Amino acid sequence: MNTENKQPRFAICILEEQTQLTLDDLCHACAIDTQRIIELVDIGVLEPQNREPAEWVFDGSSLQRARKAIKLQRDFDIDLAGAALALELLDEIESLRTRLRAMGGE
Amino acid sequence: MEFKDYYKIMGVARDATQDEIKRSYRKLARKFHPDVSKEPNAEARFKELGEAYEVLKDAEKRAAYDQLGANYKGGQEFRPPPDWNAGFEYSGGGSRGGDGADFSDFFASLFGRDFRAGGAGRTPSQKKGEDHHAKVLIDLEDSYAGATRTITLRVPAVDAQGHVVTKDRVLNVAIPKGIRAGQHIRLSGQGSAGEGKAGDLYLEIEFRPHPLYRIDGRDLYLDLPVTPWEAALGATVKVPTPGGIIELKIPEGSSSGRKLRLKGRGITGDPPGDCYVILTIALPPADTETAKDLYRKMAQELKFNPRAGMGV
Repeated sequence: MNTENKQPRFAICILEEQTQLTLDDLCHACAIDTQRIIELVDIGVLEPQNREPAEWVFDGSSLQRARKAIKLQRDFDIDLAGAALALELLDEIESLRTRLRAMGGE
Repeated sequence: MEFKDYYKIMGVARDATQDEIKRSYRKLARKFHPDVSKEPNAEARFKELGEAYEVLKDAEKRAAYDQLGANYKGGQEFRPPPDWNAGFEYSGGGSRGGDGADFSDFFASLFGRDFRAGGAGRTPSQKKGEDHHAKVLIDLEDSYAGATRTITLRVPAVDAQGHVVTKDRVLNVAIPKGIRAGQHIRLSGQGSAGEGKAGDLYLEIEFRPHPLYRIDGRDLYLDLPVTPWEAALGATVKVPTPGGIIELKIPEGSSSGRKLRLKGRGITGDPPGDCYVILTIALPPADTETAKDLYRKMAQELKFNPRAGMGV
């Protein structure tokens, strides 16, 4: 596909709101294999709909959560449970920071 | 090409043990990891650190690097010696791939570009092209009204001579109405070309700081200065909102810090966010005799002690 120059507008969507992902989609977008995604579900980082992995449906926000968890695990050489904990704390810090900014503090 | 002093980047002496290097790497990684750090240049520092660690943690690569000698200083002009690499054999394993993959030209001149390809952990059977991820900065108004923004992405490409070069890629992107900070836009088929389907491009949205509004998800916060008499007696005043100027009724007896909600005046959506107006009372300066007289009159006639609650 030629993507060198300006192009017309694309049909686009907000990932977090209008997208659902299958296990395959998620594996590809995170560049990891299905086993890792299954581990992320087991540990509670990702919460797909439906019971069977073949039928799993993930919401759009899962993609960034999965990518972040994998990156934390790899870059800090920690296990997934540790990465999951870090992810949760980071989420909390982020929402507190946003709050603080909104209230006028910095 | 600039010489990179990996020992300096890692914050260790040239004779540091492997354990010391590992310890220092871990400590600095926690400091500069882009997902964790709030340092302004975290991403660049972390990349540099990953590259330094890639070399120093590996006995073969470290030995080869050490052979360049201690005379080079970081940032100094560098050309690899002609017989460079002779007698070294790299096993090639253990490369981190992923985001650590785009190392500097300096690294590539010493250890090659191919070196990076190993160990990325991708599933080999996939034919779809690689996905790409980037950030875009937009204004609050772009999200409020929707907008088309031209964004330029710098993408590495391989030229006819096999060298890696960066090319600018210009895209016109329609920003969907109501998108919030931290959300992502997916552009299907705008990633790398693959044997089958092309990969996708993901753009993370970040807002530029706004001169008036502070943003929390879909809600906006606005500090609105009012006069003491507007706050005390009540008034109708003009207030800017992203959707245009509106008239806001300040209730009688409002104090500084009072929060008034303009329902549905925040970022577009279903439901839309709210705009919170926070009153701040602005005092008129006592810079004329008339103004001073008015203050003196208030002091005489109003029995008002703002410190009554403190027992003084």
